[in-house]
Amino acid sequence: MNLTINNVVHEFEVDEDTPLLWVLRDTLGMTGTKFGCGVAQCGACSVLIDGQVQRSCSIPAAAVEGRDIKTIEGLSRDNSHPVQQAWIAEDVPQCGYCQSGQIIAAVALLEANPKPSDDEIDKSMTNICRCGSYSRIRKAIHRVANA
Amino acid sequence: MSNESNSRRNFLRGSAVAVGGLSLGFSLSGCSPSANSAELTADPQGLASDVSVWLSIDTSGIITVRVPSAEMGQGVNTSLPQLIAEELDADWSKVISETAPHTSDFVNPSTLSRGTGGSSAVRRWWPTLAKAGAAAKEMLMSAAAQRWDVPVSELSTLNSTVMHSASGRQAGYGELASAAGQLSIPENPVVKSPADYTLIGKPLKRLDSPAKVNGSTTYGIDIVVEGMSYATVAASPNFVGELISMSEADARAVNGVQDVIEMPASHYVNSGIQSIVAIPDTVAVVANSYWQAKKGLAALKPQFSDGGAAGVNNASLTAGFMAALDQEGVQVRNDGDISDSLSRAEKLLEAEYAVPFLAHLTMEPMNCTAHYQSDSVNGDRLEVWAPTQGQSHAVNVLQQAFGLQADQIRLHTTFMGGGFGRRFEADFVVQAAMISRAAKKPIKMVWSREEDLQHDYYRPASASRFQVGLNAEGLPVAWKNVMACPSVAQRNFSAAVVNGADPFSVEGAVNIPYAIENQLVTLKQHDTSIPVGSWRSVGSSHNGFYVESMMDEVAVAGNHDPFELRRKLLQHEPRFLIVLDQLEEKSGWKQAPAAGRFRGMAIHESFASIVGEVAEISIAENGAIKIHNMTCVIDCGKVVNPSIIETQLASAMIDGLTAALRGGIKIEEGRVVQSNFDTYKLMHMAEVPAMAIHIVDNDEAPGGIGEPAVPPSMPALTNAVFAATGRRVRSLPIEPSLA
Ligand code: FES
Ligand code: FES
Repeated sequence: MNLTINNVVHEFEVDEDTPLLWVLRDTLGMTGTKFGCGVAQCGACSVLIDGQVQRSCSIPAAAVEGRDIKTIEGLSRDNSHPVQQAWIAEDVPQCGYCQSGQIIAAVALLEANPKPSDDEIDKSMTNICRCGSYSRIRKAIHRVANA
Repeated sequence: MSNESNSRRNFLRGSAVAVGGLSLGFSLSGCSPSANSAELTADPQGLASDVSVWLSIDTSGIITVRVPSAEMGQGVNTSLPQLIAEELDADWSKVISETAPHTSDFVNPSTLSRGTGGSSAVRRWWPTLAKAGAAAKEMLMSAAAQRWDVPVSELSTLNSTVMHSASGRQAGYGELASAAGQLSIPENPVVKSPADYTLIGKPLKRLDSPAKVNGSTTYGIDIVVEGMSYATVAASPNFVGELISMSEADARAVNGVQDVIEMPASHYVNSGIQSIVAIPDTVAVVANSYWQAKKGLAALKPQFSDGGAAGVNNASLTAGFMAALDQEGVQVRNDGDISDSLSRAEKLLEAEYAVPFLAHLTMEPMNCTAHYQSDSVNGDRLEVWAPTQGQSHAVNVLQQAFGLQADQIRLHTTFMGGGFGRRFEADFVVQAAMISRAAKKPIKMVWSREEDLQHDYYRPASASRFQVGLNAEGLPVAWKNVMACPSVAQRNFSAAVVNGADPFSVEGAVNIPYAIENQLVTLKQHDTSIPVGSWRSVGSSHNGFYVESMMDEVAVAGNHDPFELRRKLLQHEPRFLIVLDQLEEKSGWKQAPAAGRFRGMAIHESFASIVGEVAEISIAENGAIKIHNMTCVIDCGKVVNPSIIETQLASAMIDGLTAALRGGIKIEEGRVVQSNFDTYKLMHMAEVPAMAIHIVDNDEAPGGIGEPAVPPSMPALTNAVFAATGRRVRSLPIEPSLA
């Protein structure tokens, strides 16, 4: 199987039905994308596929061959991406476990809608944060929008 | 412990590290031997002094602080370094932190055990860390004094720099670190007085944020060990049944499956903290990847016996609690004369309350990586990488499970995707090690979310009955509170159980702050087959709801404003009065809310912090509750990092509100019915109310911040529901529709 992840082509062998999440984590060692539920409920596993946010636990890797996949590792290593910067400026993460997924979801939102209202944020930011960092996530999104 | 050994505790030692620079450690070896000394001498890594270092400054000026507490999101990897940085006059941008290795140098000397909980990290470690920072600063100043041949008294420090203002000379800490490391360590370094603080009280940025926004933080689930395989498990769904059948051939036929391992129910006692680890009958599938292990487990279809739990369901459990309220309990408080005062009361209020079991649902499911190496010549060795809040407990239990000495076990603490009390338990650590020993290779064991939700140590369900007598002024003069609650401590900390009363069950009920002359509080311990454990704010998570709901009933019955009622009963508690005043003002309590909006309030002390909250809600036409905003005021004593406090309070309120709105484990045939976030719903962004958080600033001893905002959130909400609907919520969760 071939996948293009963060602009790099990876070739590997896995069971056909392996979800993208487990290819990223176990096969390719890209552990920034997290496992939270495995049933498309929490968003911890969010990645961008052709720029759209998707829950990688519920997409077979085989279904996204040839697509442009972006993970948290592909945003920037040095935290220079504006969403990462805003997350640091607002000190968003608590345990941080959900934050890769939250950031990916925010990137997709801001790409589609550079100045989202609170309502629009509510509608598109549907990932769970068990630590309840929601108000700061909202603030960080507004910070990017207003930069 | 003798006074002499007390005075020798925490003595500092230090050295120039091999590559230059200054490092400081503490030795706890001055402690006199005690029953628990095995914990202390346990030095699993057999490590030399360099890993006992708490604080080091390298020649480039980077200051590394090793944190004894586990970072679960609560911010200890920032707040504890902040305490050192203050005394050190450090440049915060040069400070980094890491979780300390698990050696005897990082155990809590007062418990001789290492673990993180009880909202205690800052309270516990402040004096120790302040001393370390102050000592390092004095050494750096002495090194500068020697270099410039001037008296130390002419020097000052700021931003990681020692300055001699008379001559204009200055030197950075990095430049001075190696020379400082050669000096002897001051016996009694002088710590600052709060008036001189420049970093404590500031919202310094978290040190762990950068690695948490680019995916590079290593959580337990991210550990990779050379040659490891993956495992996932299914434990007896009703906790007590035994494995009776499985399709092993089908599991082994799944591509990548290596092994099927049965682990009979087991039971260990940590004699140190008197904690029992009981692991139900469990079967594990080992495979080349997690996905293959998961498929293997699905094909295995393990079946378990009912173990006598067949009749256990929510209705039977509730009936059990209600019946237990009628049985005689242990008196935990008896002031005045309750019978006489109740019989002479002008008005008598009676109410029964109940709450359900709650799951922890840490965002990162339970997992652990272990490598068990059998060696009949040199002795076996076990290395574990564990997202654990309770290192000493885990090591102790592993010793018993495998018959090992502490020095045969090496434990690494990883970052954690949440803890909330769940990660005190050692069940998942033992399981991983057992699988590794059986599979004869390193194993990363990961639980599915379903396993995590269905095999928790739940916040106990419980029930509470009140009889409250009011006098002619409508004030309570008799307070009788009968409780029925499963014991958490009986299993996980039985040393704490005194006279048959679990202190966790009664906290927040036995110590209500109100001046009520006659009080009788009793506890009937009522255990069930559902395992229980510490959940954020522990006993206060139910007793805060019970007591503050009942107080609202008293206010209504006595025709008092809820703030006024509490003021009358808290005249002897000036800190409560300040919180009440600020809460009343910040919430705009005296101004009527907008049309259709209703408010409720509650105040509760736990973990040495007082928190008051006001919830403002409306009820939609379909009966759904909308929480518009929460106002929260905390007195947590001296403030270390207001930004972290704010996040912890917001987090705790969301926890409490979620529990009040829809928390609760459903049980059928003794097993948990819900399986994932689709059936156990957490709060999403869209539902989270606006939150205004205010911190009372004072110089009192620091209180906890991780938990105390949970208890008042639930009654603040349900008291608002009463204001809106006239319906008293006496059982949680609140019904989904109040229409
Ligand atoms: S792990 Fe994919 S949505 Fe939860
Ligand atoms: S920061 Fe912990 S789950 Fe979001």
